[in-house]
Amino acid sequence: MKKVYVNEKWCLGCRLCEYYCAFAAAGGNDMAKALKGVKPNSRIKIEKHGDISFAVSCRHCKEALCLRGCITGALGVTDGVVAIDHERCVSCYTCVLLCPYGAVSPSPEGPAQKCELCVKTTDGSPACVKGCPNRAIVFEDRGE
Amino acid sequence: MPINYIYSEYEIVRNSDRCINCRACENQCANEAHYFAEGSENTLCDDSKCVNCHRCVSLCPTHALKIIKNGNTYKDNANWSDRTINELYRQASSGGVLLSGMGNPENYPVYFDKLLLNASQVTNPSIDPLREPMETKVSLGSRPGEIERDEKGCIKNNLPPQLSLSMPVMFSAMSYGSISYNAHESLARAAQELGILYNTGEGGLHEDFYKYGGNTIVQIASGRFGVHPQYLSSGAAIEIKMGQGAKPGIGGHLPGTKIVGDVSRTRMIPEGCDAISPAPHHDIYSIEDLRQLVYSLKEVTEYKKPVIVKIAAVHNVSAIASGIARSGADIIAIDGFRGGTGAAPTRIRDNVGIPIELALASVDQRLRDEGIRGNVSVVIGGSVRSSADIVKAVALGADCVYIGTAALLALGCHLCRTCHSGKCNWGIATQMPTLTKRMNPDIGYKRLVNLLTAWKHEIKEMMGGMGINSIESLKGNRLMLRGVGLNEKELEILGIKHAGG
Repeated sequence: MKKVYVNEKWCLGCRLCEYYCAFAAAGGNDMAKALKGVKPNSRIKIEKHGDISFAVSCRHCKEALCLRGCITGALGVTDGVVAIDHERCVSCYTCVLLCPYGAVSPSPEGPAQKCELCVKTTDGSPACVKGCPNRAIVFEDRGE
Repeated sequence: MPINYIYSEYEIVRNSDRCINCRACENQCANEAHYFAEGSENTLCDDSKCVNCHRCVSLCPTHALKIIKNGNTYKDNANWSDRTINELYRQASSGGVLLSGMGNPENYPVYFDKLLLNASQVTNPSIDPLREPMETKVSLGSRPGEIERDEKGCIKNNLPPQLSLSMPVMFSAMSYGSISYNAHESLARAAQELGILYNTGEGGLHEDFYKYGGNTIVQIASGRFGVHPQYLSSGAAIEIKMGQGAKPGIGGHLPGTKIVGDVSRTRMIPEGCDAISPAPHHDIYSIEDLRQLVYSLKEVTEYKKPVIVKIAAVHNVSAIASGIARSGADIIAIDGFRGGTGAAPTRIRDNVGIPIELALASVDQRLRDEGIRGNVSVVIGGSVRSSADIVKAVALGADCVYIGTAALLALGCHLCRTCHSGKCNWGIATQMPTLTKRMNPDIGYKRLVNLLTAWKHEIKEMMGGMGINSIESLKGNRLMLRGVGLNEKELEILGIKHAGG
């Protein structure tokens, strides 16, 4: 299946992926309107140390630990995409603790949140990939 | 603190209604023009550091930024422009020679813009390139003067080595060092995909790029950096650089700060050591000396590679070209005074040399008059900006053109003309790893391919309009050109009629 992959070699650490992600989640058609004065709430996060930077987001593991640890069954897989049902999530954050990549985080509203490959957004394709100015983030099928 | 006489040239305008403080502008500006102070509501900027490269403007996700010319002005003076005054202040404080990057930006005539192309109407009908075959392929090299036959009467192949290009365009010399590894990779890959050539410049050839040898011109200039037998045989052709349009009469100087790692290894000089190319080749003081170098290079490469001699367009260019055409060179490359550079003394760049259009017309005519036009192919460069410029250059007599600035623009260059600072925000004219990675060759090469694919379509459209289906039929076909707003002398040099005539 097609997944989001990050190539550290080309990541500039500009953090635009975070903002495009937050914009996609917030919805609307104007980023300034959606994110002005708001702390961006993105599912992809830039890890940066010195000159090295790398965008981290959910890898949609086949054996997803977050899913296995979920106590309410809020986490599920649809066509390979690991997603959270916010109605069922009780914000215990077991998934946050279990994810070895740090790709699951608590949302400001409470329930856990993670990258769902933008399947639920208006655009329907990953906003971080489109927003990356240096093609460091790609959406590819690598047979995984 | 001494008085700072020079006020910022540009003003960064931030629309605070649209700025979301994502700080992409801050982390993308190598000049540190943008900054965010903790506790402040908005991202701030220091206009004096802005070079107007548009990196921040292009990346701003909410289109909150624009750069405008600073309205601050000195008292109006038609003689002492703001730029002249600022340059004088700068020299009064530094005591140094002024440096500039890219080509001559001054307001000299652009003759390409005063030439108009023909189109056929009733007779010799126009051709639709989408429906009919159209040839843009060119061969560069020396043409044999006569047909030779063996004792059986069969024609002997006496054709000297030729370069075959899918269209009459090549990427001009830009050295690895003056531009980044990634920019070079973009040019090499694009040249391969397009079936054209790129040029190493005087910086040697990085070992990773030997695989693009069939699409590479290897250059030898006065510093002889990175030159060895394998280098010479690895390319499709060898270019001897005698001069450069942006700085005729002077050499080159790549500062030690850019001679790092692979650049040092490729140039075969120590790290941190300035790479200084002398003004002359110390072994060339006459056409006879040039001939010796041409034939030395041919010997090394077993007469399999055409040799190009590149000169700057200067006052007596046609006499020089005539000498080169007799030196054994296969191709002459002429670089006009608008040609680009990574760094040149401003006064040289802006005041030395002549327009390429006039140089081309006079060289082509001189070589024809002397009956030696077939000895060489003529390649011109020095601000070829569009497919129309190419068509006009070919009609004036060029076999092919070099593009340098246009190629860099395709890669993201915004002509801020501060290449000499080494802090190119687009990752082109820099060796800083954090900046060079901004030029992803996967994107860069595709943009170059797109540009030239588009130009090729346009060239075919224009040729079709003239009822010409092969670029060879356009070559030197000056009847396809008319001048507008040119005087008798200019028309005479260009060898064309005025519009309406």
